[in-house]
Amino acid sequence: MPYIPHTDEDVKAMLDTIGVNSIDDLFDEIPKDILAKNFDIPEGISEMEMMRLMSERAAADSNVSCFIGAGAYEHHIPAAVWDVVSRGEFLTAYTPYQAEASQGTLQVIYEYQTNMANLTAMDVSNASLYDGGSGMAEAALMAIRANKKSKSRKVLVPRTISPLYRDTAHNIVTNQNIELVDVNFDSEGGNTTLENLKQYEGEDFAALIIAQPNFFGVLEDVNELTDWAHANGMLVIAVVNPISLALLTPPGEWGESGADIAIGEGQPLGVPLSSGGPYFGFICCKQKIVRQMPGRIIGRTVDMEGKEGFTLTLQAREQHIRRSKATSNICTNQGLVMTASTIYVALLGADGLSLVAEACHENTNQLSVLLTSLEGVETAFNRPVFHEQVLRLPVSSESVLEKLAEARIQGGIDLSTYYPELENCVLFCATETKTNDDLVAYQQALASVLAS
Amino acid sequence: MSEIRPELKYLVSHEWLRVESDGTAFVGISDHAQEAMGDLVFVETPEVGSTVTAGEEAGVVESVKAASDIYAPVSGEVVAINEELEETPEAVNNDPYGDGWMFQIKLSDPAELESLELLSAEDYVAKVEEEDQ
Amino acid sequence: MLIYEKSQAGRRSISQAPITSTTNTKVSDIPEGLLRKKKAALAEVSEMQVVRHYTNLSRRNFSIDTQFYPLGSCTMKYNPRGAHKSAMLPGFLGRHPLAPESQSQGFLACMYDLQEILKEVTGMKGVSLTPMAGAQGEFAGVAMIRAYHDAREDFERTEILIPSAAHGTNPATAVMCGYKVREIPVDKNGDVDLAALKEAVGPETAGLMMTNPSTCGVFERSIKEIASTVHEAGGLLYYDGANLNAILGKVCPGDMGFDVMHMNLHKTFATPHGGGGPGAGPVGVGERLLPYMPTPIVGKESVDGKDVYRWLDEKDIPQTIGRLSTYMGNAGVLLRAYYYARLLGREGMHRVAEYSTLNANYMMKRCENAGFELAYPGRRATHEFIITLSSQAKNLGVNAMDFAKRLLDYGYHAPTTYFPLLVPECWLIEPTETESPDELDGFVEAMIQIQKESEENAEMVKGAPYNQTVRRLDDVKAARELDLKWSPAQES
Repeated sequence: MPYIPHTDEDVKAMLDTIGVNSIDDLFDEIPKDILAKNFDIPEGISEMEMMRLMSERAAADSNVSCFIGAGAYEHHIPAAVWDVVSRGEFLTAYTPYQAEASQGTLQVIYEYQTNMANLTAMDVSNASLYDGGSGMAEAALMAIRANKKSKSRKVLVPRTISPLYRDTAHNIVTNQNIELVDVNFDSEGGNTTLENLKQYEGEDFAALIIAQPNFFGVLEDVNELTDWAHANGMLVIAVVNPISLALLTPPGEWGESGADIAIGEGQPLGVPLSSGGPYFGFICCKQKIVRQMPGRIIGRTVDMEGKEGFTLTLQAREQHIRRSKATSNICTNQGLVMTASTIYVALLGADGLSLVAEACHENTNQLSVLLTSLEGVETAFNRPVFHEQVLRLPVSSESVLEKLAEARIQGGIDLSTYYPELENCVLFCATETKTNDDLVAYQQALASVLAS
Repeated sequence: MSEIRPELKYLVSHEWLRVESDGTAFVGISDHAQEAMGDLVFVETPEVGSTVTAGEEAGVVESVKAASDIYAPVSGEVVAINEELEETPEAVNNDPYGDGWMFQIKLSDPAELESLELLSAEDYVAKVEEEDQ
Repeated sequence: MLIYEKSQAGRRSISQAPITSTTNTKVSDIPEGLLRKKKAALAEVSEMQVVRHYTNLSRRNFSIDTQFYPLGSCTMKYNPRGAHKSAMLPGFLGRHPLAPESQSQGFLACMYDLQEILKEVTGMKGVSLTPMAGAQGEFAGVAMIRAYHDAREDFERTEILIPSAAHGTNPATAVMCGYKVREIPVDKNGDVDLAALKEAVGPETAGLMMTNPSTCGVFERSIKEIASTVHEAGGLLYYDGANLNAILGKVCPGDMGFDVMHMNLHKTFATPHGGGGPGAGPVGVGERLLPYMPTPIVGKESVDGKDVYRWLDEKDIPQTIGRLSTYMGNAGVLLRAYYYARLLGREGMHRVAEYSTLNANYMMKRCENAGFELAYPGRRATHEFIITLSSQAKNLGVNAMDFAKRLLDYGYHAPTTYFPLLVPECWLIEPTETESPDELDGFVEAMIQIQKESEENAEMVKGAPYNQTVRRLDDVKAARELDLKWSPAQES
């Protein structure tokens, strides 16, 4: 019996102690007519057979050169990261409710909170949320609670923010009658301008969300957008890529007084692409609204002998105590992946992260030059980017991407799916993992697809 | 047995009320309530200038393992809050009827006092004893 | 010691620096005003320092791999290494979530198979794997209930009923879905108070959320009457899968009358808890809620006699409540659950319920024989049971928390304490099916020892733990004087 240790003698002795004749007797409080029949599922198989099946299936999806970004990025993950994370003491521990028996996990979270707060230049971080998209929903809810000056249940959300984030956030907040209002973008720059925001001046909104870089990879004028929002009584929610923060102004320093809440997808920090999860969402904020922050938070304290230690804190905001009045229904953090990110950040340090960010930026610019050298291929927007770029092709991007895939190059995503006005547009990214040969291979494959 | 001040009025939800001669009223939580909550770590008071309604939530007290709403015993405008509690919530534990007061309400209708079901100290003692059973 | 305290300016894990391409365009094209001015305060340490630091931290944890961990309602069973290994295969790790379907058939096949298995063993008609945790599964479920009523233009239904013993997530979820919560009392046997339920249902009832077995560790015997009461009032029934391990393979939630449910794969399907996540909380639905399932879902078609898998989205499920995560949820966790489900297979599912129930009943009997007071004497344990230490608290001054902390010194993780809230000084104990009777005996022996210690030297027990890396922590100070991150200034 897989994973069940009992011998026949064990079972007999245990039943004797309980004072019943069979295991079935233990289910005698359950009405007979709802007991299950047989299931129509495969018979159990051995580890050896299963490993073979899984290896075959994993191999089927391998050997591709991936230039897709769109919120999830292929980065080199140092070997030490998942080796250490996979230790049973991290992998198979529970939520650190018994602090004395969980100091390892608790200290890692405290270090994680430090990393995220320092990277974003915000005051505090929680212990992580599920992912970037659902994190944006939590941030919108938090802003509505925290903006005491506003009575609004509306949040301004530029269309330059990931459509997947906007969709996710909408689906989560809509049941509480909260509205996410679209803001259009500048068609030349691919960014959100004050011109685009003008029509909302004087109207009551709880917050403006600003992504840096935005979904198109384009850099927004975060300083002027932040100041505009604050001047109009709104909080500012920053959506940022943590790798980019090694190079770009952190949200805490945007404009005159900084963003109020910063969230994002933590995946780039040492987490494999892994089909979209498990990733982790990070959320940081200014100290004065920390009580409105959802999710688990760890604090440093001392034990009864005065020795330093770590423990869950501010728990009275959470669902297990506050029930229907909790800041969120979230119970977990993405502990293990968050641990991976903490080790990743320790291995790279601020200088290492800068090198990664610069290499991504450089590769993307380089690939951009290579691809736009092909006839009819141009960049769709004229503003600087971080590590993603939108290309306009002379033909349907959907069919081009399909043909590239046949050459085992995943060339990016077809933007017209999300933005009807961006016909023939492809969003691609080239991280530090790509060599010059990889970039040239993409160029050559695209050239031959366009020539055919 | 916790201290119950004879001159105060109480709510079944353990708030106390002291009406001053100028028509303002101090609100806090009883000694019994602070004992039951344990060490308080946070007190959320209503904002000065906001209006509260008798029987409705006006704030929250939190200990490490519990959170409890504070209900407004009377209706009116919040004219002052105890700002000290932001830094020293333990004042509620140490001196619930003095330094641990939470906010002051300017009664919108003093006649309301007659119609509300406020407990006398004696009734409140009875209520606490009943709860302890 | 924090990693930052080991930091030396200029020290780096140099081998981790990327090899950049040949040009040196750098970042000169980015406007000065958008660039970071001061580098972030992060640790500067060598690779070995990092490995040593985090390896040593890991050793400050209890875990299933190192200790018996009988946390009630958390189902801390063995997490198969093979599941972890297979989910970490490079082909799975490297797949981009937006990779074309043509280069995703291996992954999609696993997800499709898992959907089918979960559907079958829960008696549901459809499964969506996307919720990232139990709480998100709950959210998806209640949002579907709302979508169902809304589609029927039945806008009067504004209330979700929840037994008072329920976990706090249930009411928090109902509120996130825009509902008011009405609590239904639980009687002294741990059952929902049927008379109160009948009183509470009505035209405003959107649904009832409950676990079965309940959080009281007993099977809700009147489940069919509860279901018909709610259904007759026009409401739907939500099954919180927190305790699914107790009935896996023995009773299907669908057969008890539930319309929608979530499963905690990190409990019932043996995926690791990871120190508090990630989990996965797929939802299963009956006929009525099929049109509202969250996307994406994996569909299968036959093309030229070959199985071809593809994503189903709003084009296929136009009334869907939509996506709840940026991509498709915690894929890696789902792969691990799939591995586990395939190893158990048809003949293994029911053993989960059987042996977890056997272990719990055995332990409960042993506790009772040793003189510990059961919260629900005379009831069968399910996969878990409750003891109350209120007489110890009253007579010896040693409460449930003290007992729990002392247990750590004996090398056992404490059971869930002070939950459910309606049982005073309680312990909710769940041994799971993967523990051998020797381990259970050792735990009961430790309890007997602690009882003895409490009688002889209560003060000593109240000072526990003694042999952990820290003594009892000052959580009042932690909350009053918030210290949530290290900063360079504070250390100098």
